[in-house]
Amino acid sequence: MADYILEMHDITKTFPGVKALSRVNFKVEKGEIHCLIGENGAGKSTLMKVLSGVYPHGEYEGDIVYQGKIQQFNKISDSVDVGISIIYQELALFPDLSVYENIYIGNEVKHGGVINWNQTIVKAKQMLDKVKLKVNPEVLIKDLGVGRQQLVEIAKALSKHVKLLILDEPTAALNEDDSENLLELIKALKSEGITCIMISHKLKEVVAIADKATVLRDGQTICTLDAKKGEVEERTIIKHMVGREINDIYPKRPDKQMGDNVLEVHNWSAYDAQLGRYVVKKADFHLRKGEIIGLAGLMGSGRTELALSIFGNPKNYKLSGDLVINGQPKKLKHTSDAIKEGLAYVTEDRKGNGLFLIQDITHNVSAAKLNGVANKGIINDNEEIKVAEHYKQSLHIKASSIEQLVGKLSGGNQQKVSLGKWLFVTPNVLILDEPTRGIDVGAKFEIYSVMNTLIDQGLSIIMISSELGEVLGMSDRIYVMAEGEIKGEVSTDDANQEKIMELATQ
Amino acid sequence: MKILHEAGTLIKDNIRDYGMYIALFVIMLTFNVMTNGMFMSSRNISNLLDSAGYIAVLAVGMTLVIVIRHIDLSVGYVAGFLGAIAAILLMQHGLPVYIVIPVILLLGIIIGLFNGFLIAQLGIPAFVASLAGMLIFRGALLQVTEGTGTIIVQNSTFNALGNGFIPSLTQLNDLHLLTLIVGILGIVTYIYGEVKTRYDKLKYNFEVVSLSIFILKLFFVSVIIGYITWILAGYNGFSWTVMIVLLVTMIYHFISNKTVLGRQIYAVGSNPEAAHLSGINVKKITYIVMASMSMLAALSGILYTARLQSATTTAGMLFELDAIAAAYVGGVSSAGGVGKVSGAIIGAIVMASLTNGMNLLGVGISYQYMIRGGVLAGAVIFDVLTRKKS
Repeated sequence: MADYILEMHDITKTFPGVKALSRVNFKVEKGEIHCLIGENGAGKSTLMKVLSGVYPHGEYEGDIVYQGKIQQFNKISDSVDVGISIIYQELALFPDLSVYENIYIGNEVKHGGVINWNQTIVKAKQMLDKVKLKVNPEVLIKDLGVGRQQLVEIAKALSKHVKLLILDEPTAALNEDDSENLLELIKALKSEGITCIMISHKLKEVVAIADKATVLRDGQTICTLDAKKGEVEERTIIKHMVGREINDIYPKRPDKQMGDNVLEVHNWSAYDAQLGRYVVKKADFHLRKGEIIGLAGLMGSGRTELALSIFGNPKNYKLSGDLVINGQPKKLKHTSDAIKEGLAYVTEDRKGNGLFLIQDITHNVSAAKLNGVANKGIINDNEEIKVAEHYKQSLHIKASSIEQLVGKLSGGNQQKVSLGKWLFVTPNVLILDEPTRGIDVGAKFEIYSVMNTLIDQGLSIIMISSELGEVLGMSDRIYVMAEGEIKGEVSTDDANQEKIMELATQ
Repeated sequence: MKILHEAGTLIKDNIRDYGMYIALFVIMLTFNVMTNGMFMSSRNISNLLDSAGYIAVLAVGMTLVIVIRHIDLSVGYVAGFLGAIAAILLMQHGLPVYIVIPVILLLGIIIGLFNGFLIAQLGIPAFVASLAGMLIFRGALLQVTEGTGTIIVQNSTFNALGNGFIPSLTQLNDLHLLTLIVGILGIVTYIYGEVKTRYDKLKYNFEVVSLSIFILKLFFVSVIIGYITWILAGYNGFSWTVMIVLLVTMIYHFISNKTVLGRQIYAVGSNPEAAHLSGINVKKITYIVMASMSMLAALSGILYTARLQSATTTAGMLFELDAIAAAYVGGVSSAGGVGKVSGAIIGAIVMASLTNGMNLLGVGISYQYMIRGGVLAGAVIFDVLTRKKS
C-alpha cells in the first residue's frame, strides 16, 4: 500500500456556465516529484487553487485527503498551516522589500508583537543556505533576477515548514542555467522528504525529473504515468494531452484561390523595456487575402505580444523589422493608425481591455468608429441605434435590448459584442485573440460561421488560439510560437496535434 | 394604484439618478419649514444660486476630470490667480471687458494644457501634479497682489457678471418679464426634448415608461422650473451668473452626451486600455479634459472676482475641495466612467443650500463644516451601497 500524502477524490468545480473540473482524481505519494500536465484550460491551475484553499471548502464538490485526514480549507492560510505551499508563475514577492523581509512576511519572527529583525536575518540566512542561494539577505528583491527570486519564494515556503510544495510553471520565465539549478534543488528537497507537485509545459523537464505525471484534459484526469514503469516519455504524454477527437464542429468552407499578401512581417522583434527582454524575436510571416492563419502556442509564447506589436503597438515595445501592408511598408504609431490601415484586433481579455462593461451594447459597438455614426463630431443617435441593432441581429447577440449593459451579458454574448465592434470598422485583416475562450459550444460554432462568412467577403484572419482542435479545424496555415519565436510553419494538410505540440513545447 | 406601483419601481430602479434630486428637495423643504419660508423667498433663492455659481462651473469640469480617473487640486488658486490677473488687466492696464474675458479664458486653457502635459505625457499622478499647481498658483496670486493688496474692480460691466441681472424689458405685475420668457422657453425646450426622445424610443420598440408616468414626470419637472422662474421673477429675475452657469451646463451636457468627444471621454474613463485598443487617443482626451477644467477655473475666477468686485489675496482658497465635494454629491464615481454634468450642478446647489440654510438658522461655522462633511460622506455611502445592488 502506497503512502499517499495527498488524495483528491472526485473534485468537481463549476464556474457559471463552465465545468472547469469534472470528478478529478489526483493522488500524490509522499516524497515524490509529481508533474501535472495538460493544455491551457485543462484545469491544472483550478485544481491547485482548490487544493490551496483559494476556492474555499463548499465551492467545490469532492474530498481532499491530506496526511490521512479530510481537510476543509476555508482560506489560503489554512492550507499553509498544514504545510502546503504554492508558488505561482507570477511571483508574489514585494520588489521594494529586502530578501529577509520577504521570506518572513506574514510569518514574522516576533516576541510579544515586536519583530526581532536580527533574528529574522539569521533565520533567513539559514533558509537561503537550504536553497543554495548565496546572496546577502538585505538585498532588495527587485535587484535579483527572476531565477533567484524563485529561490527566495522557495526559501519562504521552507520557512513555513512546507511538506507539500506546489510549483506552477516554475521554469517558464527562466533561462537554461537557472532552470537546471531549480530542478537540481527540487531533487535535493525531495531527498529531504519534501513532496513536490510541479505544473510544467516543458516536457523535457518533466521527463528528466518526474517520478509520476498526471495528465489532465478538459477538466478530467486522463491518466497517471509512472516513471518507474518507463511511462513518462514525451510521445506518450503528448498523445494523452491532445487525445481529444476533433469533432465536426468546424464548419467547412469551399476551397478557393488565395489572393496577394495583405500583411507581411519580416525580421520583426519587439523588446519590452519593463520586462527587460524580447517578447517577440525575429518573427517572419505573411497573410494572404481570404486566408485564415492560426497562431498556435502555449500561454506566454508571445502570440498576443506579436499581435499587439503589429496593431499600433499600444504597449510601447521597442520594435525592429518590417511591417508590410498591401505591399506598402508601414510604421504604425497608434492603434488609430492600425485601424486606418484596415487592421482590427479582438482581444483575448474582453473584460480587461476589450469592452466598456459599464456601458450598453450600443456604445460598445460604436466605440472604435464613432465617426461612422456621427456628423461633424455630433453623434446621430438613430444611426448608432441602427448599427447596434444590425450587429445584435446578425451576430445573434442575446440581450433584452441594445440598451443592456455589456457587463451583464454572458461570455459568449460579450465576445459577440466585441466582434461586432470590430466588424463595424470594416477591417481587411482581423486578428482574433483566443476568440472562443470561456464560451459555450453553441456560441463557438456561431463565431466560426461568422469567420467563414468574413473570409467569403474577402477578409483575412489571424487567429491566435490555444485550442489545438480549433487551430487545426479553422486555419489554412499554422504558425507555431514558443518563447517569442515562430518555431515553425505547418500546413493544415500535414499538421496534427502532436506535431504542433512538439513545436510548442520546445 | 398601478401608477403608484410603476412610479415606485421606477424610483427604486433609478435610485442613483433620482437620489440627489430627492435629497435636494428634502433639504430645501426642511430649511424652508425651519426658517418659516425665508429659505424659499425670492431674494434668498436668487442669492443662493449666485453664491453657488463659481463652484458650480468648477464642479462641471471636475466631474469630467474625475470621470477620466484624474483629479485637479489646482483649480482653486488658478481661479484666484486668474481672477486677480483679470482685475489687473481691467484696472491697471485699462483693457476693456470683452478683451479681458477671452484672454483670461485662454490663459486658463494654457495652464490646463500644461497640467495635461504633466499627467498624460510625463505620467505624473494627477494628484501630485495638481498639488504642485496649487502651491505654484497660490504663490503667483500672492505675488501679483503683493504690491497692491486687494484690487478693487470698478467696472460695472465686469461686476455685473457676479452681481447683475438680465434686463427686465418690462415689469409684468411686478414680475420680471424676460425671466418669465426664459423660464417658459426652458419648459418648452424640456418638454420638446423629452417627447422627441420618447418618440424615438417607441420607433425602435424600446421600453418606455407608461404614458401617465411620462406626463406626470413632464408636469413635475415643468412645475419645478416654473416655480423657480416665478420665485426669481419676483425679485430681480435671472442673474447673469445663473445664465452663465446654465449656458456652461447646456454646452457641457451636449458635449458629454451628443458628441464623439464626449463619448471618447466616457470610454477612456470606463476602460482606458480598451479605449486605447479602440483607437482612441487617451493622451489627447486627457489634454482636452484638463484644459477644459482650467478654462472653467478661469471662468470661476472671473465670476468670483466680479461677485466680490475685487481681487483678494486669498481668493480661491478651498474652491477645489468644494468643487470635488459637489461632483461627488452629484454622483460621479472615482472608479471612472460614471458621472453627469447635470449631477455636478445639483451637487453644487445641494452644498450651497446647506451653507445658506444653516447661515439663516444661525448654525455655528464649526457645526456647518461637520454637517457638510457628513452630507458628503453620506452621498458617497449612498452611491456605493446602491451600486452594489445593481
